[in-house]
Amino acid sequence: MTESLYEQLGGEAAVNAAVDIFYRRVLNDYRINRFFDNVDMEEQAAKQKAFLTMAFGGPNNYTGADMRQAHAKLVKKGLDDSHFDAVMEHLSGTLEELNLPQDLIGQVAAIAESTREDVLGR
Amino acid sequence: MTVRKIKLDEQTVLCQPDEPLLDSLLRENIEISHGCRQGACQSCMLRSLKGKPPAEAQHGLKEGLKRQNYFLACLCYPQQDMEIAYSHHRDYVTYATVKAKQMLNPEIMQLVIETDEGLDYYAGQFVNLKREDGLTRSYSIANHRMHGRQLSFHVRRLSGGQFSEWAHQELQVGDRLAVSEPQGLCYYQPGQPEQNLLLIGTGSGLAPLAGIISEALHDGHRGDIHLYHGSSDLNGLYWVEEMRSLQQRYANFHYTPCISRGEPNPDKARGRAHEVAFKDLTALKGWRVYLCGHPDMVAASKRQAFMAGASLSDIYADAFHVASSSVD
Repeated sequence: MTESLYEQLGGEAAVNAAVDIFYRRVLNDYRINRFFDNVDMEEQAAKQKAFLTMAFGGPNNYTGADMRQAHAKLVKKGLDDSHFDAVMEHLSGTLEELNLPQDLIGQVAAIAESTREDVLGR
Repeated sequence: MTVRKIKLDEQTVLCQPDEPLLDSLLRENIEISHGCRQGACQSCMLRSLKGKPPAEAQHGLKEGLKRQNYFLACLCYPQQDMEIAYSHHRDYVTYATVKAKQMLNPEIMQLVIETDEGLDYYAGQFVNLKREDGLTRSYSIANHRMHGRQLSFHVRRLSGGQFSEWAHQELQVGDRLAVSEPQGLCYYQPGQPEQNLLLIGTGSGLAPLAGIISEALHDGHRGDIHLYHGSSDLNGLYWVEEMRSLQQRYANFHYTPCISRGEPNPDKARGRAHEVAFKDLTALKGWRVYLCGHPDMVAASKRQAFMAGASLSDIYADAFHVASSSVD
C-alpha cells in the first residue's frame, strides 16, 4: 500500500511544525496582513491548522461552501487573486523552509490552489 | 461496547458505541458549537466534571486544559458514563471572609480573603467574587499556592465600577464573599525550569504576574525571568520596592517598571511596558510569555511576541476587560 500524501509529509507533527512558520510569514507580509488585524490569534491559528491539514491531504471535511462563507467578509474588503497568490507563496516557502521534497510541495500547492474560486467567492 | 449515559446540566444523553459524543449531543438538539469535527478547530471543547476524559479526546489541547479535564466532543468516544459541562463550573464552590484591605497605590487595593475550604488553584488564575446581591467580578489571584486558604487580589478602583467602588469603600474586614472555582490558563506551569520567561503587565495586571513569578522562583526556575510592569504615570505603579528586592535576591529575575506619560523618571523606563519589552528583547524563540492587563496591550503583545519567535502555544494571556469583567 502506498502512503498517503499526509503520511508522506509527516502527518500532524508536520502540520504543527508548519503552522507557526506559515502564520508568522503571513502576518509579516504587508500585502496581506491587514486581513488579519483584529482577529483572535489562537482561533486564527486553529483555522490555519485545519487549512494546512486539508492542504496536506489529511483528514478534513472542508467544503467549498465553508470556504466561501469564511472569506466572504474579506472579499468585501477587497480580497483578490494577488492576495491569494501571496498566501500560496508563503505556503510553498514554509514547506521549503521545512525541507520537504519538491514533488510533495507541488501536491500540497495543487490542493490549496483548488480552493481559489471558493475563497474568492467566484 | 455499551451505551454510555452522559449528563449535561439537567439533561441525560445516551451515547451509542462507536459514536462521537458530539454527534450524540447534536442528535438530541443540544447546541454545541462545532466546526471541523476532527479535533483541529477546538470549538466543541467541553469539560468532564467527574474524572479524566478519554486521552484521545484531549489530543492537541494545551497542558493546562488537559489537567483541568477539558476535552473535544468530536474526538470523544466515552468509555464510561460521564458528567460534563460547557466550559467551567458555574457554581460557587466556597465562601470566604475578608481578612485585610490595604492600599497599594492611590487606586489599587490589596484585598486578602480566607476561604472556608481550600481551593486547588495555580498562581495567575482568577476567581469570580460574588457579593450577597449577586454582583460578580473576576479577580486574578496575586499570591502563589503556598498560602493555603488565603487569597489576595489587587482591586483597581474604577470610577463608576460598581464592584470595585463598593470593595474600596464599603467592604469591611470580616465580611463574607462567595468565591468561584479558579479559572483561566494564564499560570505558571512547572516542568521546564530552563525556559526563559517574559511577563508584561499593565496596572493591576501585576497581580497574576507577581503570583506567577513567586511560584516560579519558589519552584527553582532557572531560566531568565523578565518582568515589565507599566502604567501611564508614577501613581499607577506599585510594589516597585518589593520587585526590586526580589531582583536583588534572584540573579535570574529582571524587573523594569515603565511609565508611558508625564515627567520622565530617572529609574523608570520611558514608554509603554510592551514597547519597552519588545525593544529590549527581540528574539523570543523558545520563550514562554505571559500577558496581563489592558486588552489592547494584550492583543498587540501577543502578535509581537509571536512575530519575535515565541510559539503561540507558549503565549499565555489574560485580558482585563472592564465592561465584561463579570464573566458570563
